[in-house]
Amino acid sequence: MSFLGYPRPEGLVGVRNHIGVISTVGCANDVTLWITEQVKGCASFLHGQGCTQTQPDLDQVTRTLISLGWNPNLAGVLLVSLGCESVSVDKIAEGIAASGKPVDKVVIQESGGATAAVDQGTRIVKAMTLEASRMKREEFPDSELVLGVKCGASDTTSGLVSNPATGAACDLLIDSGGTCIFGETTEFIGAEHVLTKRAATPEVARKIMEIVSRMEQRVTAMGVDMRGGQPTVGNITGGLSTIEEKSLGAIAKGGTRPIKAVYEYGERPQGKGLFIVDTPGREPEFLTAVAAAGAQVIIFSTGLGAPQGFPFVPVIKVTGNPNTYNRLPDHLDMFIELGNGNGIAKMGQALYQEALAVASGKQTKAEISGYGNFPNIFTIGPVI
Amino acid sequence: MKQKVVILNHKDNVATTLTSLKAGDSLKLEVNGHKKVIKLGADVPFGHKLSLARIEPNSPVVKYGEVIGISTALIEPGDYVHVHNIASARGRGDLEGGEK
Repeated sequence: MSFLGYPRPEGLVGVRNHIGVISTVGCANDVTLWITEQVKGCASFLHGQGCTQTQPDLDQVTRTLISLGWNPNLAGVLLVSLGCESVSVDKIAEGIAASGKPVDKVVIQESGGATAAVDQGTRIVKAMTLEASRMKREEFPDSELVLGVKCGASDTTSGLVSNPATGAACDLLIDSGGTCIFGETTEFIGAEHVLTKRAATPEVARKIMEIVSRMEQRVTAMGVDMRGGQPTVGNITGGLSTIEEKSLGAIAKGGTRPIKAVYEYGERPQGKGLFIVDTPGREPEFLTAVAAAGAQVIIFSTGLGAPQGFPFVPVIKVTGNPNTYNRLPDHLDMFIELGNGNGIAKMGQALYQEALAVASGKQTKAEISGYGNFPNIFTIGPVI
Repeated sequence: MKQKVVILNHKDNVATTLTSLKAGDSLKLEVNGHKKVIKLGADVPFGHKLSLARIEPNSPVVKYGEVIGISTALIEPGDYVHVHNIASARGRGDLEGGEK
């Protein structure tokens, strides 16, 4: 099978043709937003990090922003910097430029303030947009597809229907030679023994145990029962009683194929196959990590109805809960019905076809409504 | 007739409802190869769980063939199973005493 995408340098393929306007620090967000409002076809990445954090967090922000800039759905990138932040805009620009795509920067304190910076940035983004508009979609085999998978606002239908269907779509892609990325390490707790059996090597199994234990220690260090935070209040209302129950349902979305490698937050997996990226379960941080990992399309399985997409990546919302699908037509792209002869394999096939259609240009509900302007970058240490 | 509950694995001692059920409803189920009639002791909302067996306090509650938590009270067949009678064994900073 195949899809229509945009060829990028370094052998990558994009499924959207945005110019990405990326803040290097929270203080630059307003200028980033104002530039984005001036030019059709560009998309902003706003976040709250990049300064007054300890080095491991600053490294994580730098790594994540470089990887985001590499996302093949971006034809070019403008970085918006304040000027005095802890992360280096030049280092980030250099990292993104290695992808072979055009990169430029605006530094607010050097431009003469917001008005001048917006003017300067708008001119740059308009020129990049004009250049990008000449690119045409071409046919690529589905082995070039990079799919991110996520579940959120889960209820028990997630674990019974939409997560296994998402997993079946992952299996189809892996069998075609493509790439799938999943994560949400918190939701491996209680199910890690199922995942380690699928590790391609003992080292991968060890790394899975390491990231789960690291995430659980962060939780237990707070001295409380994490129930209410994970599973969330909404999960509990939806019928999930414990993190173990949530995790066992959640890992179904990664399918059944061998796990090739485990990556840190903000890293870009190398090669093709099924990968884990260490992330929390929360949407703003997770979606950033999977976009940074190079996902062109994300399948997002939901029970109660999570609304958000991601600025650079189409996010397909799928549910197995008929009440949610009927109640939230603004947000849900697909309903998958359990029973009536619909086996998991058939449901996965339908979802895979939808992913290829969206890759080829079909818009998702979140893209049409522009829902998803508030992503974030996961922090591991304090704000200082 | 529409299926009312799903049992995901033969090791499971709970079932998940596919529709909201009422206290007193009777379910004819095949549990691990044995035909069983289970009468609900309480209302169980759509997507929630009911017990298929007698589960003693401090015993494993099993779904997907895996342990999803530990019972905090005696659970009878047909009882509603949720946060009021099962607890998680993981992420329990309250039991581990927090930062060491």
